[in-house]
Amino acid sequence: MTDQAYNFAYLDEQTKRMIRRAILKGVAVPGYQVPFASREMPMPYGWGTGGVQVTAACLTPDDTLKVIDQGADDTTNAVSIRKFFQRTAGVAVTEATAEATLIQTRHRIPEAALTTGQILVYQVPIPEPLRFLEPRETETRKMHELEEYGLIHVKLYEDIARHGTIATSYAYPVKVEGRYVMDPSPIPKFDNPKLSNSPALQLFGAGREQRIYALPPFTHVVSLDFDDHPFEPSKAPHDCDLCGAGESYLDEVIIDDLGGRMFVCSDTDFCRTRCEAGHLGALGVPVLKGGA
Amino acid sequence: MNDALLGGFVDAAVQSSHAFRAALSVLSQPGNIRDLSGAVPPAPLSVAAGVLLLTLCDGTTPLHLAGAFDCAPVRDWITFHCGAPLVSAEAAVFALGDWQALQPLGQFAIGLPDYPDRAATLIVEMPALEAKGAVLRGPGIADVAYLSLPEVAAFQANRALFPLGFDCFFTCGTKVAALPRSTYVEAV
Repeated sequence: MTDQAYNFAYLDEQTKRMIRRAILKGVAVPGYQVPFASREMPMPYGWGTGGVQVTAACLTPDDTLKVIDQGADDTTNAVSIRKFFQRTAGVAVTEATAEATLIQTRHRIPEAALTTGQILVYQVPIPEPLRFLEPRETETRKMHELEEYGLIHVKLYEDIARHGTIATSYAYPVKVEGRYVMDPSPIPKFDNPKLSNSPALQLFGAGREQRIYALPPFTHVVSLDFDDHPFEPSKAPHDCDLCGAGESYLDEVIIDDLGGRMFVCSDTDFCRTRCEAGHLGALGVPVLKGGA
Repeated sequence: MNDALLGGFVDAAVQSSHAFRAALSVLSQPGNIRDLSGAVPPAPLSVAAGVLLLTLCDGTTPLHLAGAFDCAPVRDWITFHCGAPLVSAEAAVFALGDWQALQPLGQFAIGLPDYPDRAATLIVEMPALEAKGAVLRGPGIADVAYLSLPEVAAFQANRALFPLGFDCFFTCGTKVAALPRSTYVEAV
């Protein structure tokens, strides 16, 4: 039921136009962070206010929305954002990746391959990949202007010097179309290869930091690395204990106080779909036909 | 009643959301052609161009009208429905006209090296719009795409400025296509 007290998708039309113009410029310059006049949203910073504003600017009443938080459809952040748009935009919602036309995500890319026409909206906490290396915005902006990305390679090199390998495991920096270095938001580096040449449009919104950036479909995205230390997507060396999948990204779950643990797919839709199809992991229980 | 008051969106929130998704789709996939409808702007403005203006322009976006499009009915319609300040080409965030009237292209903002987003968006009214002609490659295009561009050299020069440069929407009747500055263009 749409709440008639609000404009469609909560934001007023003037705000949506401003965000839409920023999105279009972001699409025209892939990987460049477009400043926009981020609004206060009825949820705290860090809960996805940037993603919510991008989603609000993109939604049409015909859309089917999926919201995930670390791959899960049923966590607090995902549920509250989904309900927010159900209430203010009256859009259909789903948990199935293939059925969704617009997916808002926090820190994961769904396991199921995305398709042409889908839009993936990322919630971004710190959009500037150079921020922890250089705190001044004036300087990082100059570095992007001059394509001066030596510092970020030094950071990766220091990883190698200290740990023997590139220890950065999430928010792993990428270079877009050979030009801008971009923070892919804190997705695990396991997901980085899916950024490149995706048939879906990928939009990134950072509310507190007031930046929007984008990857059009079929954009070439390369994870930064060295010739002798090539980029390696990594995951826990296990199969999912519920569905047995060997190729999905896993969460580690502590199950008792005796050191017991299990590994489960972080993408709940992917895991459930596999369980329902009869796949069974080491600790899984068969799904009953017609069950809940 | 004054004609300038007519022809806007009936349901602005919903119609502009559909229009934006079409605009986003064509800009993120150069060579794609989509339909825009919902507005009835005065001649010589096409429906697609009118819908784009209603969706993207407001009092914060200086607009340049070029050539035959700089006429009283169009000015009045835009002033009433968008409120966009009408300005010279140099000051424009959006510019509207046919390809000839928009020349020379050097007068439009191409952004700053540290703020490449501060570049003009051109809405080019076309006599025809088809997915054939110039060859397009680049972000948004899986392999190659084709679009009946008004010329090739100007877009090659624009691509050479990347990440600076202007971005274009092409409109014809209810049809819209787009060419961002990131696209490589070749003659057939």
